[in-house]
Amino acid sequence: MAEFTLPKNSRITVGKTWPKPAGATNVRKFQIYRWNPDDGKNPSLDTYFLDMDKCGPMILDALIKIKNEIDPTLTFRRSCREGICGSCAMNIDGINTLACIYGLDEVKGDVKIYPLPHMPVVKDLIPDLTHFYAQHASIMPWLETKTNRPAKEWKQSIEDRKKLDGLYECVMCASCSTSCPSYWWNGDKYLGPAALLHAYRWLIDSRDEATGERLDNLEDPFKLYRCHTIMNCAKTCPKGLNPAKAIAHIKQMMVERAH
Amino acid sequence: MADVNRGNRPLSPHLTIYRPQMTSGSSIMVRITGIAVLALGLFVAWWLLAASTSAEAFSGIDGFMRSWFGDLMLLGGTWALWYHMLGRLRHVIWDFGYCLEVEISEKMGLGMFIGATVLTVFTMIVV
Repeated sequence: MAEFTLPKNSRITVGKTWPKPAGATNVRKFQIYRWNPDDGKNPSLDTYFLDMDKCGPMILDALIKIKNEIDPTLTFRRSCREGICGSCAMNIDGINTLACIYGLDEVKGDVKIYPLPHMPVVKDLIPDLTHFYAQHASIMPWLETKTNRPAKEWKQSIEDRKKLDGLYECVMCASCSTSCPSYWWNGDKYLGPAALLHAYRWLIDSRDEATGERLDNLEDPFKLYRCHTIMNCAKTCPKGLNPAKAIAHIKQMMVERAH
Repeated sequence: MADVNRGNRPLSPHLTIYRPQMTSGSSIMVRITGIAVLALGLFVAWWLLAASTSAEAFSGIDGFMRSWFGDLMLLGGTWALWYHMLGRLRHVIWDFGYCLEVEISEKMGLGMFIGATVLTVFTMIVV
């Protein structure tokens, strides 16, 4: 049964308010989720103020500025700063996206930042993605073949290659899965939009020869069919992909196979 | 490093911090209206059963169903029935693999709210 409220140890308290930058005229307020595994306290919402005249344009620029200049204990993942590594996925202004490619000008008013929703928190804005990665591994995200290896590469026509567009671009940032209410309530058994998008990416790959086994693995009341086409996944994907559509096509493949 | 305090990690907030979406809102309403229609169906069944039982049994439930509250319940139920029907229709379209883009799904969601309201008004005029 779904738990709609947060457990006792997860309820958010009012946190520290950090001082405003001196002499700044263009100040913006940031409210950021904090949790420290070492102090035994509940999570809190800290308030920071930044001088926007001295800040880069993206949410990630603001986070780095806070870490550099105000509070070096603020913890978050980031790497490529151009939306290809998927590290800095977090809940910004109520939606899941990548901090590095989400503009500060896209947020109206105060900027609220939380970790990806309904995940165990390692520290501050860092969720534990162990289970998420295990689910990805469970769909066999690689080419499975049975025929003898060709002398050179496994070839694919231009038309067949086109079928992978809109699927292969996924950077595994987990924004979609953690935006999905079905994944919130049944994430232990439901694979979630990211893993299922990858499942479809291999199901329709013309070179793959394990379509039957792949569908067998997904034929389960939870793994696949907990998707109710809510579509928060497609709405929030920072790469503009549509996992809901991929999942609907898997369901169609299941029906086609049965008849 | 990753083993630090694994047992007592808090769960990050979800429902309370996620911005309401047309996608999820129109979806959960299909389920809510489904449950509402089922509940209303029980009252209607009770009404009919009472009608076939005795005059006393019927007058009790009949009075309730014809009261302002009963009217309100039937009006809400009519809206819920139409909304639920349009919602299931959207699922049929999706299951055939059509209209799975976000923009069109959101438009269909809005259409379900408007459509259910228009159809409820239409039902009130006809009945």
